Amino acid sequence: MSLKHEISFRLNGKPATLSVAAHNSTLELLREKLRLTGTKHGCGEGECGACTILVDGISVNACLMFAVDCDGREVTTIEGLRAEKGLSELQKAFVEEGAVQCGFCTPGMIAQATHLRNTCPGMNREEIRRGIEGNLCRCTGYKKIVDAISSSLEKRDS
Amino acid sequence: MERKIERYCVPGTVEEAVEAIAGKDATLFAGGTDLMVQTRSGKRPFTPLLVNISRIAGLGGISTDGDRVRLGALATISGIRTSALLKEKAGVLTEAADSFAGDQVRNKATVGGNICNASPAGDMIVPLLLLDAEVELASTAGRRMLPLCNFFTGPGKTRRERNELLTAIYFPIPPVGFAAGFRKFGTRPAMDISIVSVGVAATRDDAGWKNVRAAFGAVAPTPIRGTRTEAAIEKGGTAGEIARIAESEVSPISDVRASAWYRKELIRTLTERLHHDVFET
Ligand SMILES: Cc1cc2nc3c(=O)[nH]c(=O)nc-3n(C[C@H](O)[C@H](O)[C@H](O)COP(=O)(O)OP(=O)(O)OC[C@H]3O[C@@H](n4cnc5c(N)ncnc54)[C@H](O)[C@@H]3O)c2cc1C
Ligand code: FES
Ligand code: FES
Repeated sequence: MSLKHEISFRLNGKPATLSVAAHNSTLELLREKLRLTGTKHGCGEGECGACTILVDGISVNACLMFAVDCDGREVTTIEGLRAEKGLSELQKAFVEEGAVQCGFCTPGMIAQATHLRNTCPGMNREEIRRGIEGNLCRCTGYKKIVDAISSSLEKRDS
Repeated sequence: MERKIERYCVPGTVEEAVEAIAGKDATLFAGGTDLMVQTRSGKRPFTPLLVNISRIAGLGGISTDGDRVRLGALATISGIRTSALLKEKAGVLTEAADSFAGDQVRNKATVGGNICNASPAGDMIVPLLLLDAEVELASTAGRRMLPLCNFFTGPGKTRRERNELLTAIYFPIPPVGFAAGFRKFGTRPAMDISIVSVGVAATRDDAGWKNVRAAFGAVAPTPIRGTRTEAAIEKGGTAGEIARIAESEVSPISDVRASAWYRKELIRTLTERLHHDVFET
């Protein structure tokens, strides 16, 4: 048996304390232990972005992050990314622009796009494309995803 | 795979960290973006002591220190990519950081991790070789400096002792007239591990280009300096001549990503283009 270590962190705005195996990834912690299955397991090695979450407000791949390293941090998953009343402006734009097909990439795209909206709110289409380089989508061809992120930029969540 | 981590620790200072790893077979992680992939794939087993160095105070940051630039080992690739200081003084690092992985990996990956992982394709290493960087290593015995060009001994292998922590990277602030460029080639523009990478740098004076540096990634067991290419640039050969010297100077292998022949072709092509962009415009 591998060593277990106790961690305390904030998960989607609420405090959490639990013990995790030292070798586990944050993706395993979220999906298998906490049953927060909105964050997807695509490749498990940083290539696809389906597991993107926000840690202290910055986007990272949950599959590359040691779960023990969540200790003391603020972790936000897709389950915590909605607006107070229903969908965020970004999420609404994904629906309106038809940026969701099978939906597997969507939670990671929304997490990454949230990070981009927060860090470079004035970005152009090319910058959006560069910003989602770490997210693979097998369905949409990306155009509608870029459209959605782009059109959401003028709108703020109330 | 058997995992037998017996102890996990999170030092808050360099002193605590070097104390913790002294005499132990420790596995360190900073961003974890290499370590996680290597342990998962079974390429690398854990050792009994797992040390999270990402919370060590003062181990990050990008700043000037007298006539040198200091990159803290924990400086992330995103931090390097967006640093105004580096953009102004050493834009070749900005360029390399911009073609490194995707945003999520860059947000977590550190420059110290890139160097200590010692991949022949490590994208921070080639530009740092151009900048004559040195690495600072700390242990319970104190600190020492090593030139980056002597740091690597093979794929994944360095002169860092097991009980040492890489604390920072230093390089002289490039003088007026300094010009440099970096190109990597991969099939998915930024996300890919470099099939090859090339960097060149030099400082212009009245007589021509001086202090020429050329470095190549993914064409040898470690990132390498190309001394014959450097001499040819200094002598003022044409881009085509220099590119052929670069090609003859590297001896890449064939692997899943590319054949040796293709890598040589890429070295020639990228060197020619870089020479044009950096020295002829
Ligand atoms: C999807 C993906 C894309 C990638 N793209 C690129 C790319 O384009 N270019 C590229 O070069 N790399 C790339 N990488 C590899 C990796 O992200 C980088 O090498 C990164 O810089 C490693 O930093 P880290 O902090 O995550 O390292 P870690 O995984 O934390 O550590 C790597 C190694 O260095 C050791 N180490 C780390 N810090 C120190 C220290 N301060 N002192 C002593 N030892 C230390 C660790 O023990 C470990 O052996 C990619 C990885 C993934 C998963
Ligand atoms: S599952 Fe993490 S990047 Fe693919
Ligand atoms: S909508 Fe199917 S993967 Fe993107």
